[in-house]
Amino acid sequence: MGIPFSYTMRNLWTRRLTTVLTAGGMALVVFVFAAVQMLDTGLRQTLIATGQPDNIHVTRRSAAAEISSVVDRAQADVVESQPEIAIGAGGLRLVSKEVVVLITLPKHGTGVATNVTTRGVGEAAFDLRPQLRITEGRRFQPGATEVIVGTSIARRFDGAAVGSLLRFGGREWRVVGRFEAKGSAYDSEIWADADQLQQSFRRNAWSAVVARLADPATLPALKGRLETDPRLTLDVKSEREFFEEQSRVLSNFISYLGLTLSVIFSVGAMIGAMITMYAAVATRTGEIGTLRALGFRRSSILATFLLEATLLGVVGGVAGLLLASLMQLVQISTLNWQSFSELAFRFTLTPQIVAVSLGFAVLMGFVGGFLPAVRASRLSIVDALRAV
Amino acid sequence: MHLLKLILRNALRHKLRTLLTVLGLLVAILSFGLLQTVVDAWYSGAAAAAPDRLVTRSSVSLMVPLPAHYRDKIRAIDGVRAVAAANWFAGIYQEPKNFFPQFAIDAVSYLAMYPEYRIPDDQLRAFLRDRKGAVVGRKLAQTYGFKVGDVVPLRGTIFPGTWEFVVRAIYDGATPRTDTSQFFFHWDYLNESVRTRAPQRANQVGVFVVRVNDAGRAAEISAAIDAEFGNSAAETLTETEQAFQIGFVKQTEAIVIAIRIVSFVVIFIILAVMANTMAMTARERRAEYATLKALGFGPGFLGSLIFGESLAIALIGSALGVALTFPVAHWFGAKMGTLFPVFAVSASTVWLQAACAVVVGVAAAVIPALRAARVRIVDGLRAVG
Repeated sequence: MGIPFSYTMRNLWTRRLTTVLTAGGMALVVFVFAAVQMLDTGLRQTLIATGQPDNIHVTRRSAAAEISSVVDRAQADVVESQPEIAIGAGGLRLVSKEVVVLITLPKHGTGVATNVTTRGVGEAAFDLRPQLRITEGRRFQPGATEVIVGTSIARRFDGAAVGSLLRFGGREWRVVGRFEAKGSAYDSEIWADADQLQQSFRRNAWSAVVARLADPATLPALKGRLETDPRLTLDVKSEREFFEEQSRVLSNFISYLGLTLSVIFSVGAMIGAMITMYAAVATRTGEIGTLRALGFRRSSILATFLLEATLLGVVGGVAGLLLASLMQLVQISTLNWQSFSELAFRFTLTPQIVAVSLGFAVLMGFVGGFLPAVRASRLSIVDALRAV
Repeated sequence: MHLLKLILRNALRHKLRTLLTVLGLLVAILSFGLLQTVVDAWYSGAAAAAPDRLVTRSSVSLMVPLPAHYRDKIRAIDGVRAVAAANWFAGIYQEPKNFFPQFAIDAVSYLAMYPEYRIPDDQLRAFLRDRKGAVVGRKLAQTYGFKVGDVVPLRGTIFPGTWEFVVRAIYDGATPRTDTSQFFFHWDYLNESVRTRAPQRANQVGVFVVRVNDAGRAAEISAAIDAEFGNSAAETLTETEQAFQIGFVKQTEAIVIAIRIVSFVVIFIILAVMANTMAMTARERRAEYATLKALGFGPGFLGSLIFGESLAIALIGSALGVALTFPVAHWFGAKMGTLFPVFAVSASTVWLQAACAVVVGVAAAVIPALRAARVRIVDGLRAVG
């Protein structure tokens, strides 16, 4: 027969200060554990949302990022003429030949010079990225020195509001519109007409070619053909895969660092739980003796103390998750090492993170409470009853 | 003396609890120290910058190259002692995860500007004679087992193709804070190869490192350099080496701030554990405190007993943590290889660790000490467990 649940609850309540301190320590560990995963998830989601499933992304072979890629005009034309590529409303192929450069802008408030991806796009680019929506102003006119800016850029940089002038590449560019791209990496970009951008940066080649496939299933065949074509030195990837790779270094860094820290910190919290539970066992020796004398088994005593420790973990876990869920209001921006430019993303809480964090908290409580619970269950009745 | 003895006796009454608390403190202070060292490593480039070195780059962004002939124009500016070109190469050694910085440099002038890179004379001569030669840092050489005479193939991401370099020299740092994870080779070799492969990209330089005669005139000379190229096709931005390095750090500031915050979170975690230990200890001893009071000891004495015990445990745990920080940081730095070029525990980290230990020790004792001071003799004597 088990010992009533209310016994455990009341024990935790009687030693409120100790319960709060122990659970508080665990809550902080769970907070770090959950926040790191939320950050990683936010980063991945941002970059995955950037890629459309049926788009392909073509860059120079082994170029790690768009800025170090060069696709010359002849090669880009070969890609454009492939039969797998979809045809748009106007009868033109859905291909955008793009040039990507970095410019430096001062961040709002701090004035820190920050790299911003500036993308010159063809007319099909807007059809290729249906997630992109103009929220203020209008699109740039082809052939004009006009730009549109992503929401994150407009918010975080000086002089990037609609109507202002940006100076780069030896020219002045008027900001004519602001766009929103569903939290993807494009929100941290500036877009302009590809030909204009190419001229001002004296480029004679493209950085990347983006195209829509009529049927996504044809990607492997197309990839195989283009990558073995001796005229071309290109990598062909699905857009989603390309952007996922862009996040890999940063994502690995965040998750490795976060996991290491959580494990180390949890040692501290488990020690806290252990101290609390050992003390609980020591002060309740008489009670344990009484319970045993009343006929409760060793296993019931073990279960009770384990339950108490696990409850401590649950309280800590819930508190930690509540703290962490507040982080969803925070947007952070940092340099993405692979694209070498600014990227903004949010802390994103998913049900999976909630489940894993709670599991982690329960595990901490369980592990911390295990040895004390074993000690409690192994007390002999007579000795325990004699203790004061 | 008696007080000290009593404190130590008290601390050792619950050996298991004290041991666990000390262990927790050790882990917390150790990880705090490591995190601070990670933050320091982030700023190591800026810390190693010399005041008389400037960096000139394109005003548009670092990825936009400058024409090579700027070298002579910059050298002609008043106050400039030397100029050297450097190109970021971004090659991959075997696998993308084997990252280390590679620069194509004007060998003679660049190395003369960085006296902190110590190269044996014969190796330096061998490097200067070999067009495909390379100089590698000690840490880099140890990480990948490079020896003088080895051929190192790098797959270019900015400059396509596989490039082979022969290690001709290994440099040591003048101080432990010198970055010895870099790989240098001849800018001339890069430029010649680029000229045959992609002529329109030849004669381009990523940045110019400029050494000035007088560090006090750095700002003035920077302005003079930028003015020289104002309104040209490739305008420049010149700043001190330190500002240039900090610019990189600033862009990843969010991560640095996160690490900083987390390093203080661990202190709060251990504070909760320590406060819990002291609270339990004080609760169990209420009867003793009452007895002491009945014997005539004042609240001040009880307070110093509790503060003393808390501080003693905190300091012992932290001292062990600080002592362990050095070997663990050394091991971690070696494991991380070239990812953190400089990974050394600084004096300020140790001071911060000590300060945290004192704060934790004191803060954990506040509530128990107050309670003990307020305990009424009658209630205390009546208290059980």
